[in-house]
Amino acid sequence: MKYLGDIGSYFLMLKKVFSSPTKRSVMKELIFKEIDDLIINSLWIVSFISFFVGGVIAIQTALNLENPLIPKTLIGFATRQSIILEFAPTFMSIIMAGKVGSFITSSIGSMRVTEQIDALEVMGINSLNYLVFPKIIAMLFYPFVIAIAMFLGIFGGFLAGVYGGFASATDFTAGLQDTFYPFHLVYAFIKTFLFAFILATVPSWQGYYMKGGALEVGKASTNSFVWTSVLIILTNYIVTQLLLS
Amino acid sequence: MIKVDNIKKHFGKEEILKGISTTFERGKTNLVIGRSGSGKTVMLKCMVGLFEPNSGEIYFEDKEMSLMNNEEHRILREETGMLFQGGALFDSMNIEDNVMFPLRMFSDKKRPEMLERVNEVLKRVDLENVNKKFPSEISGGMNKRVSIARAIVNNPKYLFCDEPNSGLDPRTATLIDQLIQDITKENNITTVVVTHDMNSVMEIGEKIVFLKNGSLVWQGNNQEIFKTDNTDVTDFVYSSDLFKKIRDIQLNEQ
Repeated sequence: MKYLGDIGSYFLMLKKVFSSPTKRSVMKELIFKEIDDLIINSLWIVSFISFFVGGVIAIQTALNLENPLIPKTLIGFATRQSIILEFAPTFMSIIMAGKVGSFITSSIGSMRVTEQIDALEVMGINSLNYLVFPKIIAMLFYPFVIAIAMFLGIFGGFLAGVYGGFASATDFTAGLQDTFYPFHLVYAFIKTFLFAFILATVPSWQGYYMKGGALEVGKASTNSFVWTSVLIILTNYIVTQLLLS
Repeated sequence: MIKVDNIKKHFGKEEILKGISTTFERGKTNLVIGRSGSGKTVMLKCMVGLFEPNSGEIYFEDKEMSLMNNEEHRILREETGMLFQGGALFDSMNIEDNVMFPLRMFSDKKRPEMLERVNEVLKRVDLENVNKKFPSEISGGMNKRVSIARAIVNNPKYLFCDEPNSGLDPRTATLIDQLIQDITKENNITTVVVTHDMNSVMEIGEKIVFLKNGSLVWQGNNQEIFKTDNTDVTDFVYSSDLFKKIRDIQLNEQ
């Protein structure tokens, strides 16, 4: 019953997020601030992880090619497919659930504990619109982060594959171009948009409706990571089933 | 004027407010006192709209809060200032932006005009040259002053204060009390202060409402509270050694 209640409260929150809008000039500033906090501040860690994981995927694929009949182009092909289809959109989103999700939950949760949300409500401001709406809009830029993750992942794979001596630049590039379906990118970005919405709203819900003090803010952040990850994985399965099977 | 008529509030099976009726007058500092858990803060939160009473009515002037339409609610919110127990300043904003916040949300003034008003209210609460500091960089007393400045920047008709003296030294607490009373008089505001600080009762208690276990058991002013024979009130008032000694001295003098 508690889960049903939680689901209901999440959707009621979404309804309130999109009602009674905050003054436009204030909202514009909030959106820019959230883009800086959620998107720009995530670029470094996303770039770092993507580059090295791309390299590892290329090396792992190369080391598992024992049969001499399998062409070396497979290294580039496997790197591209792994990164575009799963690593960049899905697993990067789970990493972001830890970084961005915890940040959102703890910042909103701290505002709840210190009565800052009550202060907004007393002033007649729709606190959910003020706090959550700019995060949703900022996360519309999340696909750009994932595009960078895709590029750097493949680039990392290329450098590791070619300069590690596992494949020639020609073979790797041929693998990258082999049986490329543009729809795979469409699929990746469709799910990225869905993950972005989950990343903005589920941690906000956890932070907004938390009760208690500083300890509970920590617990809410942990719950936020768990539930965001679970929802991303479930959404990934459903979208894959619907679009690729 | 704020009139509270038979409001009841319960959380689950626990009844917090058991039908409270009273009136808070304009231009006076109205105090709600009582022990911890007596329902003071819940009553205040019902009045500011953070909690919805389960029954009863709250009138602002002659308008009943639950019957107000959206526009009337919006106007009421603009006319309401609140000082929270912990200050509730936005810690991502500096002092200037905190105080300017209600102006930015509700007025179409240009920034220089808003800044002028911000500096005016900061000066009124005896705070200058702190505009660019953040809430974490100022003391508890300054935090309360900034919070008062934010509450009054929009010239509210109603000012609500939840434990304005908690965590402050006696000298600063007295200054905050005096500031609240002065602002109430200057702007003819209806001020409601929730407190359990007897110094506040003595200093600014023009009307005092005493709550016990969610019920109103006594009301009067800061002169009458020392003369009442209501045992609930006398137990509360004379619970500190200082007030017991004052009472003993008074009795000896008589």
